[in-house]
Amino acid sequence: MKFTVSWLKDHLDTAAPVAEIAETLTRIGLEVEGIADKAADLAPYRIAAVLTAEQHPNADRLRVCTVDVGDGPPVQVVCGAPNARAGMRSVFAPPGTYVPGKNITLSVGTIRGVESRGMLCSGAELGLSEDHDGILDLPADAPVGQPYAVWAGLDDPVIEINLTPNRPDCTSVHGIARDLAAAGLGSLKRGAAPPLRGEGSAGIAVTRDFAAGDEGLCPLFALRRVRGVRNGPSPEWLRRRLAAIGLRPINALVDITNYVTFDRGRPLHVFDAAKVTGDLVVRRARAGEELLALDGRTYRLDDDTVVIADAAGPESIAGIMGGEHSGCDESTTDVLIESALWDPLAIARTGRRLGIVTDARYRFERGVDPAYAVPGLDLATRMVLDLCGGSASEAVVSGAMPENERIIDFPWTEVRRLSGLDLPRPEMKVTLETLGFHVAGTGDRVKVLPPSWRPDVEGKADLVEEIVRIAGLDRIEAKPLPRIDAAVIRPVLTVLQKRTRLAKRELAARGLTEAVTWSFIARDEALAFGGGRPELALANPIAADLSDMRPSLIPGLLKAAQRNADRGLPDVALFEVGQCFASDEPEGQTMKAAALRRGTARHGGAGRHWDGAAATVDAFEAKADALALLTALGVPTGGLQVAAGGPDWLHPGRSGTLQFGPRNPVGVFGELHPRVLKALDVRGPVVAFEIVLDALPLPKHRPTKVKPAAKLSDFQPLTRDFAFVVGRDVAAGDILKAVQAAERNLIAGIEVFDVYEGPHVGEGRKSVAVAVRLQPAERTLTDAEIEAVSARIVAEVGRKTGATLRG
Amino acid sequence: MTTDLSSLEADLLAQVAGAADEAALESLRVAALGKKGAVSDLLKTLGGMSPEERKERGPLINGLRDRVQGALLDRRETLAAAALEARLAAERIDVTLPVREGPETRGRIHPISQVIDEITAIFGDMGFSVAEGPDIETDELNFTALNFPEGHPAREMHDTFFLPPGRDGRRKLLRTHTSPVQVRTMRAQRPPIRVICPGRTYRHDSDQTHTPMFHQIEGLVIDSSATIAHMKWVLEEFCKAFFEVDSVKMRFRPSFFPFTEPSAEVDIQCSRKGGEIRFGEGDDWLEILGCGMVHPNVLRHCGLDPDAVQGFAWGMGIDRIAMLKYGMPDLRPFFEADARWLDHYGFRPLDIPSLVGGLTG
Repeated sequence: MKFTVSWLKDHLDTAAPVAEIAETLTRIGLEVEGIADKAADLAPYRIAAVLTAEQHPNADRLRVCTVDVGDGPPVQVVCGAPNARAGMRSVFAPPGTYVPGKNITLSVGTIRGVESRGMLCSGAELGLSEDHDGILDLPADAPVGQPYAVWAGLDDPVIEINLTPNRPDCTSVHGIARDLAAAGLGSLKRGAAPPLRGEGSAGIAVTRDFAAGDEGLCPLFALRRVRGVRNGPSPEWLRRRLAAIGLRPINALVDITNYVTFDRGRPLHVFDAAKVTGDLVVRRARAGEELLALDGRTYRLDDDTVVIADAAGPESIAGIMGGEHSGCDESTTDVLIESALWDPLAIARTGRRLGIVTDARYRFERGVDPAYAVPGLDLATRMVLDLCGGSASEAVVSGAMPENERIIDFPWTEVRRLSGLDLPRPEMKVTLETLGFHVAGTGDRVKVLPPSWRPDVEGKADLVEEIVRIAGLDRIEAKPLPRIDAAVIRPVLTVLQKRTRLAKRELAARGLTEAVTWSFIARDEALAFGGGRPELALANPIAADLSDMRPSLIPGLLKAAQRNADRGLPDVALFEVGQCFASDEPEGQTMKAAALRRGTARHGGAGRHWDGAAATVDAFEAKADALALLTALGVPTGGLQVAAGGPDWLHPGRSGTLQFGPRNPVGVFGELHPRVLKALDVRGPVVAFEIVLDALPLPKHRPTKVKPAAKLSDFQPLTRDFAFVVGRDVAAGDILKAVQAAERNLIAGIEVFDVYEGPHVGEGRKSVAVAVRLQPAERTLTDAEIEAVSARIVAEVGRKTGATLRG
Repeated sequence: MTTDLSSLEADLLAQVAGAADEAALESLRVAALGKKGAVSDLLKTLGGMSPEERKERGPLINGLRDRVQGALLDRRETLAAAALEARLAAERIDVTLPVREGPETRGRIHPISQVIDEITAIFGDMGFSVAEGPDIETDELNFTALNFPEGHPAREMHDTFFLPPGRDGRRKLLRTHTSPVQVRTMRAQRPPIRVICPGRTYRHDSDQTHTPMFHQIEGLVIDSSATIAHMKWVLEEFCKAFFEVDSVKMRFRPSFFPFTEPSAEVDIQCSRKGGEIRFGEGDDWLEILGCGMVHPNVLRHCGLDPDAVQGFAWGMGIDRIAMLKYGMPDLRPFFEADARWLDHYGFRPLDIPSLVGGLTG
């Protein structure tokens, strides 16, 4: 919402300077977005007289002018404008002036060998018009030396406020003035004018043709005819005001409707009566009807659209935009002025569907003052009579204003209860009354009737807001919020919240960098990672490749890794901890942690190094990341199994699934499937893991924090090595399990220290070398006891895996 | 006799002093003190002497033995020290060679995660817990329960992402703010309530300053006496703690949100010099959050009686306050995963924010 200060002063009697007006507006909730003050911006530009204009000696299209700028000797200026001539009045800018239209600051220059000490300006250079053709050509009586902007009447600052949707009353200058008056900045002027009495019939009937129950689409429709008008350009003051707030002056009749729209928040429409056939009907449009609107576009209407139609068909889209056919132009002599009430929701729906944004729609969908429909018609009629002459008919009024029955039972203490601010009762009452509220009663509780122009006020809290915002929120003093319990704060995070935080720290500590990627990914990516369900595809994605809610964090990380590779960073290690979606239900959303390593981005470091170059990443890097994460999160890993193989997006032979039994998978790791990399246009090698944090078993609850006593043996541990030769497909994990099973008490640790395949162990076989550490607890083991344990281990591994000891 | 001893001693000591290495020293030791050594032979003669003679010769011969022994030891130490010096002189590394950075030095925490941890530390201290809700929400929870009437223009302030209509004809959406978590919390938990709700939010908007996905944090206090005065205190304390300044000047401007009444937007005073924003000084205002008393209709939608309980809520952009605090000029790179940007603006894994140690150490 824009308005000028002089326009505001039509409605508000105030001596406050612009800065105070702006500050007050913001303070009471009408946030000032900007103040444009052309007089200040253009202060250095002065009216000047061109004394001489001679041909430039070295340039055909330039002239050398001497200019009287009002004080001091004449100034020499080189000018390229074709209209520069001796004797004219124009606008001069001295060196040092900023030129908004060119975004330059002038300096003394030499143009083709001739010195130029300033500039004669066009409207475009001043940022006032599109006119580049020549310098401003002012009338002969323009006072030389005076500031141009003041002389041109541009010294009326334009204030723009960022209006919240609850304040339709402030879509009018009058409403803004009312708020300022309530805030103590002056007194409100121009109350309701006496009703206008027209003479004679309008000569046209209006029917509101709605099915029962539909009347709310148009509760009231008022119309008046003014005969014998002369329509032409509006007077200067009106054109200047409209132009100042960014509206293009068209002709007096149209300009009047725009003026009333902004002055009073009352949108109107004018029809050229000569172009209306028969009587008017307000009704739903019929499917297939079309209207060429004033914006030059043809709209296809449906029965959800309300139109004003004549015998020939729709002439106007109700409350949104008029039709081209019956619009007013210079030839108009009889005009029909319409002032109606429309259903806000219907206007909003139609406006959205047709994609039309107008000042009328903006107001109607927020809610115009129903009580001002007829006074607004009268105001517009008076202006038409004043500016265009003619004679006004009686008003045709169909329907009635809806009853205003929103009486609020209001205890004054409500203000303190919600705001903490103790205000004197008279102050609160004055505030409400100045804003137009009617307050009845004198006790602790009063009855309050909100004014017709405040559809947003429904209850007590709204009244508190009115009182407090006018009093000023700065008058409320901050007060400490007491603790619920006077106690040391207890931990508040849930297990999942703690694990989410810890997962990020742990993965970062493993040298991975945290990324935050979009929750939506391309459809083919979603499909490749087990997603792509129709209920997770956005109906209105912002881009084709951000269309489906992600089933996995990996696609986003893969694309990110490739983008980094394209920028010359091939060895990236990225992770994300974030939500993934298996369905559109809350239970379908899980928190996952995933990490990806590309190139040689190993835990120990990437790339070449004098101490040894890093090898290409492999699935075990991802496995190490995954297991480190589980350990860091305090997941009891005793029952954790590592099963070969994983989802389709991983290499079938170089991937594994982490699970607590086959029915409880918690994560996967491995090398990315070459086909998936190709489909996503990502170059490998890439390894990754992904763990579902929600699926992890909860830590065991213990009644105390006491740790079990440490068992520190006094006896020397000893290590025995075994080289088992097994079939190539035997899992090392099975060998380790068998070792463990062979001796429950003495084994303190098992390491695989070598895996060998080759001619020494035979075709299809491999050797797995295992070091077993034995820790006696009560006494040193005898050689015979050690031999017995070794024999049990060899026998058990042999029985479970077919292993023989390597000779 | 005495002369013999003296010359033997002089001879032995000279040889010891001239021994070039450990081996030479050992053969000297054997020659002098070994079973058949020169000094050992002299010691053996003591047994055949008369007591008087022994009394005179004994100390002389023993003294000779002790001095030779001492000289051998000294020389051995000298040689060992020299050998060590020689070894050390040869064992030289180029300490200017670079070492690999450890993983905990390379890794980074995203600024959004860090800022969420910071905010949680502050509000945790004030007794707030953390509530969460799904990103895919119902229209009812995202709008209707929050007092956005059907078809109201206020809904248009939120450019909403929709999912396809379900079997019941209703379409779910991506939450446009974290406020649905307010409703979920009030429906699940009786007052008193103190929660913050951080999370991802989505709006159909993409330009220099907007991304279709961003992060918000919501705060909610419900009890029987919470007022705007308390809200001002909570938000002022938060801003001081978060921006780590001794004082902030805040401006509460009346505004409009469908789910609060009265509503306000909050600006924070700052100075901007050379692209750097400083709080607690200057005369610029920067909008940082929206807040207000929970609307009676919202309380009713959650089964609470607005005449019996009351409270306030606020919401702010996590990405935005991260930018303000840490000076990132643009929002878009937050979601581009450019390793260079993350390396620069990210945090080290052990930079864990706490109030006792300071949010930023």
